[in-house]
Order: sequence, then C-alpha cells, then structure tokens
Amino acid sequence: MSTLKPPVSGSDRQTGYRGAPVTLVEYGDYQCSHCGIAHPFIKRLLAEKEKDILFVFRNFPLQEAHPAAYIAALAAEAAGQQGKFWLMHDIIFEHQDHLDGNSLLSFAEALDLDMQQFAQDWKSEALQQKVEADFESGIRSGVNGTPTFFVNGEKIAYDETYESLLHAVEREAQAHR
Amino acid sequence: MAGSILEKGAAAPDFDLHCTPDQRLKLHDLKGKRVILAFYPADWSPVCSDQMAVYNEARKLFQQHNAEVIGISVDSKWCHLAFEQDRHLHFPLLADFEPKGEVSRLYGAYNEEDGQSKRALFVIDEQGVIQWSYLSPDGINPGADGILEALETMDNGQH
Repeated sequence: MSTLKPPVSGSDRQTGYRGAPVTLVEYGDYQCSHCGIAHPFIKRLLAEKEKDILFVFRNFPLQEAHPAAYIAALAAEAAGQQGKFWLMHDIIFEHQDHLDGNSLLSFAEALDLDMQQFAQDWKSEALQQKVEADFESGIRSGVNGTPTFFVNGEKIAYDETYESLLHAVEREAQAHR
Repeated sequence: MAGSILEKGAAAPDFDLHCTPDQRLKLHDLKGKRVILAFYPADWSPVCSDQMAVYNEARKLFQQHNAEVIGISVDSKWCHLAFEQDRHLHFPLLADFEPKGEVSRLYGAYNEEDGQSKRALFVIDEQGVIQWSYLSPDGINPGADGILEALETMDNGQH
C-alpha cells in the first residue's frame, strides 16, 4: 500500500478542522474531469464530517494531457498568497470546462484580488517550485492518476462515489475514538 | 506463476524495434544512459493511458537520474504514432509487433493467453544490466514511485 511522502506539513494548503482525527489528502488536476466529479464530494464531506476532517490539496497537473492544468494550479496558489486559495480552488473546479489564461484572470478579479500582486505571483518561480514539488511528492507517494486520495497517509481505494470517501474517513475516525 | 520476468542482475536482452514508422531503436544505442523499459498491454486502454500520461510528466524526474523512459507493447508503429500524437507523449513507444511479442518474451513479460505484453517495468543501468524489475497486475497502474526509488538506490551505490 502506498504511503504519503512527505507527510502533511504547514506548507500544504489545508482546510477543515485543525486537530481533526482524519487528514484527507487529494492529489488533483484542475482540468481532470474525475477531479471535477470529486470536488462536490469533498465539499459535502467537509460539511457533514466537520469535526473529523482536515483536507489537504496537492497539485498533480498532467500538463501534456491538460494544457491549462498547470496555469490553473499556479492561479490557485497565487490566490493563496492573498489568503484566497480555497475560494479560487472552488471557482476553478466549478468552471473546469472553461479554463484558460483569460478565465483564470477573470476569476481573480471576481475574488477582488490585488491584480498586480496576483499577476506577479502567478508567474513566480517560488510558486512554480511549489507546484513541481507537489507533483514530485505525488510520484513518490505512488500517485498513478488523478484524483488519488490518502487518509492519514495511506492511499485509499476511491471508486468515484461519495460513499467510498465517506467510508474511508469514517473508518479512520472510528479508529481514533 | 508460469514464466517470471527477468530480475536484478540479468543482462537486459537487446532489441531492435520500430519507435516511429521510419526509425528503429536498439537498446545498445542507449549505452551510457539508464533505461526504464515499461511493457504494457495496449495503446488506448484506460489503465495504460493513465500510466503513460504519468510517465510523460515524470520524465523530468527520471532525467535527473540520467534515465529515459521507453514504452513497449505489441501495437504496431502506426498505432503507437496515433496514440503518441493524441496523448502528446514525448518518449518513444516501441512496436513489439513482428515477430509478435518477441522482445516481451525475452524479458518474460509476454502474456501468451491474451497475446499482449504484461505490465512490467525494468530499470536498466548504463552497462545494460537490469537493476530493478516489477510485474504489476494487468489492471493496476504501478505509478512511478518504484522506478524513482530504484534510480535513487543506483545513485547511492555509485558514491
């Protein structure tokens, strides 16, 4: 069974309940339709299992298959520099069929970001390195496609249903009660 | 299991196969480089497509270890070309097409029943010796973590 390398740390984008018994990590690609299907599952899980989950998103853009995946990942990270990673993350997934440079800029505007700063961060070396590092950690963790999920560091079997995520989370939460 | 794949320490059998409709690739042309040989059942199938897409992106990580990835299946050169173009693959796909599966057999990676290559990985060193191999079930995409670990072990062995 594949394990998460490196473990979740402060440099990861995270949302949900700090100190939750279950950390759910997704390796995802903003232009991957299967990740788009999983996106509302995560929102529902975070709402229904509020106290049980800390959710982490790591970038795994398949750039050759999905030409806008990398710039979308950078756009979310750039929004994160202004404290709006998760808002951008949501907008991007909700519009994943219309991702390009222009639409990503318009999302940034809609979020009322400082556009000059955004433009700078979007192209920055530091954020490119973060996205590349996420990808490399995915390879090392045995990610073989997107989305791939890890519950408390162990890869789980996800079959494109909400229930498969729910059960994995509930099982782990039970084990910690 | 009947017929197992070649293992660490074995000399990697040479091959001379089409990598494009008008070019052939021989293993011994790649001496001095590490080679990741990825046998897979079929172009276009979902699991193979995902596996090749991941290797396509992981090439930059492999190259940091002086390694190039090469895919190989019994599909024809024209089929490979269409698959490569459709998926924007930037590494060679070899056609183990005639005699069908000959090279796959040499590596112990041929599925006689289905008439296609098994899903098997080989990491070959600069001298043409297999340093790591792995046979994955047909339906399971093995990812690239094992390959990267093997390459790192080889790096450490040289220091």
